[in-house]
Amino acid sequence: MKTHQYEVLIVGAGGAGLMAALYASRSASTAVLSKLYPTRSHTGTAQGGVGAALGNLEEDRPEWHTFDSVKGSDYLGDQDAIEFMCEAAPQVIYELEHMGLPFSRNPDGTIAQRPFGGHTNNVTGKPVTRACYAADRTGHMILQTLYQQCIKNKVTFFDEFHVVDLITVNGSVAGVVALELATGEMHVFHAKAVIFATGGHGRVWDVTSNAYAYTGDGVAITLRRGVPAEDMEFFQFHPTGIYRLGILITEGVRGEGGVLINDKGERFMERYAPKVKDLASRDVISRAMYLEMQEGRGVGGKRYLYLDVRPETVNKYAALDNRTRPDGSPFRVTGEEILAKLPDIIDFCHVYLGVDPVTQPMPVQQTAHYAMGGIPTNVHAEVYLDEKGAIMPGLYAAGEVACVSVHGANRLGTNSLLDIVVFGKEAGLRAAEFSGGASFQPLPGDAADFAREQFARLRDGSGTEKAADIAREMKTVMDDHVGVFRVKDGMQQALDKIRLLKERYKEVRAGDQGSAFNTDMLNIWELSNLLDLAEVTTVSALAREESRGGHARDDFPQRDDKKWLKHTMAWMREGDVKLRYKPVTITKYQPKERVY
Amino acid sequence: MKVTLKIFRYNPETDKKPHYDRFVVEAEATDRILDLLESIKNYQDGTLSYRRSCAHGICGSDAMRINGVNRLACKALVKDVGNKVTVEPILGLPVEKDLIVDMEPFFDHYRSVMPYFVGGEENPKKEQMQSPEDRERFDDTTKCILCAACTTSCPSFWASGEYIGPSAMVNAHRFIFDSRDQAAAERLKILNDQYGVYRCHTIFNCTDACPREIQITKAIGELKKAIVTARLD
Repeated sequence: MKTHQYEVLIVGAGGAGLMAALYASRSASTAVLSKLYPTRSHTGTAQGGVGAALGNLEEDRPEWHTFDSVKGSDYLGDQDAIEFMCEAAPQVIYELEHMGLPFSRNPDGTIAQRPFGGHTNNVTGKPVTRACYAADRTGHMILQTLYQQCIKNKVTFFDEFHVVDLITVNGSVAGVVALELATGEMHVFHAKAVIFATGGHGRVWDVTSNAYAYTGDGVAITLRRGVPAEDMEFFQFHPTGIYRLGILITEGVRGEGGVLINDKGERFMERYAPKVKDLASRDVISRAMYLEMQEGRGVGGKRYLYLDVRPETVNKYAALDNRTRPDGSPFRVTGEEILAKLPDIIDFCHVYLGVDPVTQPMPVQQTAHYAMGGIPTNVHAEVYLDEKGAIMPGLYAAGEVACVSVHGANRLGTNSLLDIVVFGKEAGLRAAEFSGGASFQPLPGDAADFAREQFARLRDGSGTEKAADIAREMKTVMDDHVGVFRVKDGMQQALDKIRLLKERYKEVRAGDQGSAFNTDMLNIWELSNLLDLAEVTTVSALAREESRGGHARDDFPQRDDKKWLKHTMAWMREGDVKLRYKPVTITKYQPKERVY
Repeated sequence: MKVTLKIFRYNPETDKKPHYDRFVVEAEATDRILDLLESIKNYQDGTLSYRRSCAHGICGSDAMRINGVNRLACKALVKDVGNKVTVEPILGLPVEKDLIVDMEPFFDHYRSVMPYFVGGEENPKKEQMQSPEDRERFDDTTKCILCAACTTSCPSFWASGEYIGPSAMVNAHRFIFDSRDQAAAERLKILNDQYGVYRCHTIFNCTDACPREIQITKAIGELKKAIVTARLD
């Protein structure tokens, strides 16, 4: 078994991991471990923009961004953390630009910005241009730019090293265990600090915008090591995924004037969010779509609606809304402009649907998109071990895997890319600072045993069950009962099913018994993570008897601040999930009714 | 419909030589070839190995030869390739297992062209200005996802793995024509080499292979011109 030693280890090479690497490597010996080549990370698929109150086109302020995010979170976000993020946003965007990030540009040469759901001028209540973008490839540009800068700064990478366990000694971090994909060999990485930046877990659901790699490894690994998971019942269903495939169609389409249309040709969002309509927050729109389809107004009676960005449609509704450009001129678009601003979306529609969005509407449905919950951290990316604020020395988390909580019960569009760069940087700086003053914990002799045990079981299982069947059944039951709308009985059914599936999982045997590039074994191991997270999500959701943000219950339709203005903390103990709660940090904004 | 796949197989632990296996899967016309590979791996042969992640043409993991043409398996649909499909690893990089090739030589070439922005400040208070026209100048080459479909479709690369290949040049182009960047001359010097731009014989395979529709041959032409004229037009 090979052993390596670095002061700081970063697990995951998406936006948060690479940002952490750039900053940690300035002062500490640092290595990045990633199960994918870094440029394959899911950050690359983010499309519409990264939020920052630059005010390049019209007046905007970080405090408006803060309030919008608090309101978007349905008041579950921690306000100190949200303020920290929104205040840091302009500076970090300028840093990215100075790293070469090719943002689209305004005629005056400044970074281009577009409107996005839930982002408003707090005085007029109208949508504000806050999303800094590079066409509909903003995530791709962030990922490429950060990777390029890592090459420039000679950051050390272990590509295709799949981290499968966290090593802790005396309540502190001592390193991680990783499986080298090429050889199947287990490696122990000895470290003073470990940053988890492994992304989300949308693969728990069937219809998802998430990559195959989004299997919740970070949360699952830390749960097994006694770290709680926060607010796991809050998962975002994005309103506009390509019908059946779930591939994301950016909210930027609606920022550019696109509207949602039902079977009767109605722009139904004006009934649900009279002020900002199609630019309401994602949870609000996903619920409205669900209700439209429930009431038989899905297109052709099916489970989809149209997203229409044809210039004639955009111009018609822009005129009805009296929508103007920031300079006061009437908002009008041409087919060429749509093509230039949304090239990738148009390509997806051509390839997967045979539809041209400039001349045809796009069939869309809600798609499992983003984990608001995750490993609990404070604003410095330090990981909480309990609801009282104890932290594990040397352990950090940033990006989608973490719950700071800046997204609360519902994330605003563009805040995920902002989250990864702000908290990735913070995690890198803090981990490096920590390791400067800490010494290595002694490595236990049996450091890799727990990981080995998990993989040995997959080699030796009876083989009477197939992983793919278990995965399919999990995804279906989660789509059916732990999706956009939830009720007690449905969720209980889902929980019973998941527990049964976890039993059946013990009989799975990997079809590939080799060592080199055994992706079969790793996929099956990833399924164990998804099953654990499905269970924690469902238990957390069952307990929360209210509707808030992404967690909407038919049997408890109201938000209940008296009982439920608090974060869920979930532990996996002796095969069961234990819940406790932690207060929400409120600084300036008292909860009020959320209307768009 | 039934689709028959003939797939290149090589397991370094058990095989002396590669061979082909045949699989038949039930599929719909709109299924991706990646969906069929997943179905085979899940239900017929768990040892079948390939890379994949985002499954919609952005992450660049799953470039492979599909009926003799470099494609991303997640962007090639059954209706586009037919019900008899041959799947092989991309050419010119060592095969490690089945459809997985060693990407390190490819990334070595990428890293050799200074594929990073040079310029900018440490703690900026404002963005660097760039006109929409200047931004547009290098837009096409910002789209590269490093999937290697172009480089491994190039006969010059097949002839010599020393050739840095189209993808590395696309990434050099992305910075050389960025009005903000300050290292164009250094990169052009790197490309002005017997294994640089001169190995490109304008065969256009790369342009045809690119799943992002980057005009690669054109970009290489612009690099050649910049080297000859010592000017960036």
